[in-house]
Amino acid sequence: MTVAAYGDRALRCTVDGLADAHALCDALLRAALPGVVAVVPAWRSVVVTLAAPEHQEAAHALAASIDIGATSRRTPRMHELAIRYDGPDLHEVAMQAGVSVDEAVRRHAAGDYVVAFLGFAPGFPYLSGLDPRLATARHATPRQAVGAGAVGIADDITGIYPADSPGGWQIVGHVTATLFDVRRDPPALLAPGDRVRFVPT
Amino acid sequence: MTALRVVRAGPRTTVQDGGRIGFAHLGVPVAGAVDVATLRAANAKVGNDWDAAVLESTLGGDVLAAEGGCVTVAVVATASDDDVVTLQPGQPLRIGRAAGAYVYVAVAGGLDVEPVLGSRCNDSLSGLGPPPLSTGQLLPVGSTTGTPYDVERLGGTGPLRVLPGPHLELLPTGLLDALVGAEWTVTPRADRVALRLAGPALDPGIGGIASEGLVPGAVQLPPDGQPVLFLANHPVTGGYPVVAVVTADDLDRAAQSRPGATLRFAPIGH
Repeated sequence: MTVAAYGDRALRCTVDGLADAHALCDALLRAALPGVVAVVPAWRSVVVTLAAPEHQEAAHALAASIDIGATSRRTPRMHELAIRYDGPDLHEVAMQAGVSVDEAVRRHAAGDYVVAFLGFAPGFPYLSGLDPRLATARHATPRQAVGAGAVGIADDITGIYPADSPGGWQIVGHVTATLFDVRRDPPALLAPGDRVRFVPT
Repeated sequence: MTALRVVRAGPRTTVQDGGRIGFAHLGVPVAGAVDVATLRAANAKVGNDWDAAVLESTLGGDVLAAEGGCVTVAVVATASDDDVVTLQPGQPLRIGRAAGAYVYVAVAGGLDVEPVLGSRCNDSLSGLGPPPLSTGQLLPVGSTTGTPYDVERLGGTGPLRVLPGPHLELLPTGLLDALVGAEWTVTPRADRVALRLAGPALDPGIGGIASEGLVPGAVQLPPDGQPVLFLANHPVTGGYPVVAVVTADDLDRAAQSRPGATLRFAPIGH
């Protein structure tokens, strides 16, 4: 792991992969550094945003002192999400994959997914582990409205829209679970590193 | 209950504070005031904590009135003089025109709208927090007041100071120099999320990068070569290379740039 200043009030920690990013993110959140406003894991990095430049030095030293290999790793939570494969783009995804709709559904539901990170919208998970055959480019022109719970594909990632919004992902189905609710603690159903399986209903 | 009546809402006025802290790993933007120095100055003038909830008015022009009691208001970053006034019940106050893009209106006691995930700010990207102001609405005012105090205000003029971005090694050499060497115009697509700049195209030579966390002040370079300078309400992650980062002190005045303004960048620390 390397830790570098990112401007004058943030740090960018580069790591070898998702598992390390999740472990480091957990460790940084547990450390509750003074002045930290955001900790964001992604594919090969964890970015830490600070309230002001005066926090940079102490946060840098603390982040650099974390031994990722030695941090305690929480057992990932497993979520089984009931899904209806009724998305408007299911036929398109199957066609581009060169498989039947039933086979596309079977392959999507067979995935053992990891929540790589959350972004785009509160509680929106980027799930890695999609069958490579199902990888599909997003729509050139996003849809005006995608409903809450819509499960989409963008390249080799599958994701879930927590709320109604515009969106360009290829929609293959819908889950009934509420992915984000500000009255819940934590507000997001899924956290980085969690595992997800889709259970067709 | 003491409150502030919105007699007339400006075109886009929102409640802002120090931001929604600690939920970014769940996809929740920090948001909060885009000009933190002015948020701080406005709150200081009425004796609030620096991050109490205020109004952030785009260009100014709102009309407010006290209801249920007297309300002391600080109006900061207007084209005329900044002002502290105590409004009698029913007395209207027209917010002056903005010197830059945003005027801040702090109320002694702070605006006491319902917090969402620990913050009262409107997140214009995800819609969390109170919606933008509408005419006729009533804003509750908090009852805990303090003594006004002074804060140092770093005005500053000239180029925005930048540090090198984290993805320079992925980009053609000389891109940071090209950014710093050019003059950039703030396009009409300027909001709390970002300033989209127009100028000579800086070909990044690559499409995207593996998505990663964004920071306020990041100058991102999409494939069209026109830089995007992210402000307080930036998305949690981004997928284009970041060529430079504007310093915290200078980002506040960058955020006050109106469409049509020209910006320059100056490197420090390399």
